[in-house]
Amino acid sequence: MSSHRKLSYSLAINEALHQMMDEDPSVFLIGQGVKSPWYVGDTAQGLLERFGTDRVIDTPVSENAMTGAAVGAALAGMRPVVVHPRVDFMFYAFDPIINEAANWYYMNGGKLQAPVVFWGIINRGGEQAAQHSQSLHAMFAQVPGLKVVMPATPYDAKGLMIAAIREPNPVVFIDDRWLYKLEEPVPEEIYEVEIGRGNVVRAGTDITVVASSFMVQESIKASEMLVKEGINIEVVDLRTVKPLDENLILASVQKTGRLVVVDGGWRTCGLAAEVSALVSEKAFGALKAPVVRITLPDCPAPASATLEKAYYLTSADIIRAVKSLI
Amino acid sequence: MLRIRLCEEAFVEPILAGEVRCPCHLYSGEEAVAVGVCAALTDRDYVFGNHRSHGHYLAKGGSMQEMVAEIFCRETGCSRGRGGSMHLIAPEVGMLGAAPIVAGTISLALGAALASTIRKDGRVAVTFFGDGATGEGVLYECMNFAALKKLPIIFVCENNYYATHMPIRECRVGMEIHEIARPFGIESRQIDGNDVLAVYDAGLLAVEKCRAGNGPVFLECLTYRHRGHVGPDDNVQGSHTDIRPREEIDLWWEKDPIKRFEGYLTDQRIMTQEELNMAREEVNREVTDAHDFARRSPLPRAEELERYVFA
Repeated sequence: MSSHRKLSYSLAINEALHQMMDEDPSVFLIGQGVKSPWYVGDTAQGLLERFGTDRVIDTPVSENAMTGAAVGAALAGMRPVVVHPRVDFMFYAFDPIINEAANWYYMNGGKLQAPVVFWGIINRGGEQAAQHSQSLHAMFAQVPGLKVVMPATPYDAKGLMIAAIREPNPVVFIDDRWLYKLEEPVPEEIYEVEIGRGNVVRAGTDITVVASSFMVQESIKASEMLVKEGINIEVVDLRTVKPLDENLILASVQKTGRLVVVDGGWRTCGLAAEVSALVSEKAFGALKAPVVRITLPDCPAPASATLEKAYYLTSADIIRAVKSLI
Repeated sequence: MLRIRLCEEAFVEPILAGEVRCPCHLYSGEEAVAVGVCAALTDRDYVFGNHRSHGHYLAKGGSMQEMVAEIFCRETGCSRGRGGSMHLIAPEVGMLGAAPIVAGTISLALGAALASTIRKDGRVAVTFFGDGATGEGVLYECMNFAALKKLPIIFVCENNYYATHMPIRECRVGMEIHEIARPFGIESRQIDGNDVLAVYDAGLLAVEKCRAGNGPVFLECLTYRHRGHVGPDDNVQGSHTDIRPREEIDLWWEKDPIKRFEGYLTDQRIMTQEELNMAREEVNREVTDAHDFARRSPLPRAEELERYVFA
C-alpha cells in the first residue's frame, strides 16, 4: 500500500463508495444514471458489478419520489446515498430533503434520525445555460437540519463522502464536475474528514481568502501568482458549508486583518454574505479594511461562451479582489 | 376504533377552550380504515401517516398517553412537544412518523418498502393519504417505482370526499380513485372504508401479496370525517365555514363504522350491549387518564429550544 498513490477527485469518491458499501450492508446508492458515466462520470464505476442491482439502483426520472425513498429507507434503518447528477434537478426533491429529512429528527423530538446523503453534482459550463449550471449550496445551508459539505480536493472528496455516509443525520454532499480530473495522493485506507472542519490550504499573512469547492483551486492558483509579487494570501478551504468552521475563519482574519470571500454561488443571501456577516460580528476589531465578496452575479447562468466567461469566477478575479485590499 | 373515537372526541372541549392550540385534524368517522389495515400488520411493519394521523398512530400501537401529551405539546409527548398533532411517531411499533405536507410521506413509505426489499426481511410498508393527495405528482412517481420493483408497499387512500374544503368533484374528473393505480399494473380495490371487517380482509390480502413479493397493492377506502377538516367544526354545517350539506353529514352518521361494528357484534352475539357499555367505560377511563397525564406533564423548557438541532 503506497501512501503516495494518486487518485482523481471522481475516483476518490468512487473509492469511498466501494469501501462504505463493502463495510456496511445498509449503505446503498440510488439515483438517476448510476450506471451511466454520462450522468455521474466514473464516480460509480464497478459498483453495480460488485454490489448488484439491489444496492446500486438506477431509477426513473422521478427526483421527488426517489429522494423521498432514500429518506424513507434511512428512517427504516438504511444508509442511502441518493445522487443527483445535476443539482438543478434537486429542486424537484426539495420537499423530501427540506420538509422531511431536515426536520424529521427535530419535529419528532429526537426519536428518529435520517442518515441519508444527498449527493448533488454541479455540472456547468459548456454553454449549458441556466438550468444545467446552478449551485444550490447556500439554499441548503440555510435550512436547519442539513449539514452541507463541498470538497475541493480528492483527499477531502473521499474523506467527506465517508464521513457523510457514517453521519447519523442528513448531509448534502456537493461536488463539481470541474474538479473530477484533479489528482493528488489519496490514502487507500478508509478515513474521514471531519464534517464542520475547514482547512488552511495555503498559509499566508497578508490577506485571508475564504473559498469552497472549485473556488479553492482558483484561490490556490491566485496565491501562486500573488506570491511572485510578494503578496502572501492565506487560503481557507471551508470544506463544510454548514456548520461553518467559525474558529478557523476568525483565527485567520485575526491574523491577516483582511478578508476576501470567494463563492461559486450567487451573491444575495449567499455563502459569501454569511462568512462576511460572521466576521463582521465576531472579528470586526481585527478588520483593517472592508470585507470583499466575489461571487457569481445575481444573474442566471448564460449559454454563450462569451457570456459564460464574464459570468464564472477565475483566479484573475481573485487576484483583482486581493489587490483592491492592498 | 372506540379508543380512537373517544380519544378524538375528548379533544373537542380542550380545543374549543384554547387549551389545545396545535391544529388537530380529527379522525372521527374514519376509524375503520386505520384499524382494519393496522390489524393486518405486525409491529415490525412500517406505517407513515399524514396530517390526520391520530388514528394511524393509535391503531399501530402507539401510546395514547404520549399522543395526548404531544397534542398538548408537553415534554412527555411522543415527539416531546416539538411536533404536535401532525407529527406523531412510535418507531418501536413501526409508526415511523406523520407529516402534513400532502403526499409528502408517500415516498418515505416507498423507501421503507425498498429497505425491506434490500434487507429481504419481509416487512411491509403502508402509506396512508387522503383523496387530496391524488392531486400531487409524487404519488404517481411512487406508484410507478413501486410497481417497477414490486415493492411491499400498500397505498391506502382514505377517500373522505373532501380535500380540506374542496369536494372531490371539483378536484378531479374521474371519481374512481382506485383506478389511478391500474395503469401502473398495481392491483387496486375500492372498499367500504366504514366496514372494519372489509378493510381488515382487504388488508390481510394486501399484506400477504406484499410479503410474497407480489406488491404493491392500492386500496381506496371510502369514508367520511364527522368533524371538520381541522378542529371540531371547521366546514361542518352550522359553523363558520358551511360547505358540507347537513343531509350528507347525517347520512354518514348512519354509516358510522363504530355503530355498524357494534351492531355486528351484538347481532352475531359476540358481545352483549352490556359488554359494549363496559368496554366504553374502560376506554373512557383510559382517555381520561391520558388527558390527566398530559395536563400534569411539564411543558418543554424554553432553554431547550435548540435541543435536537444538529446543524
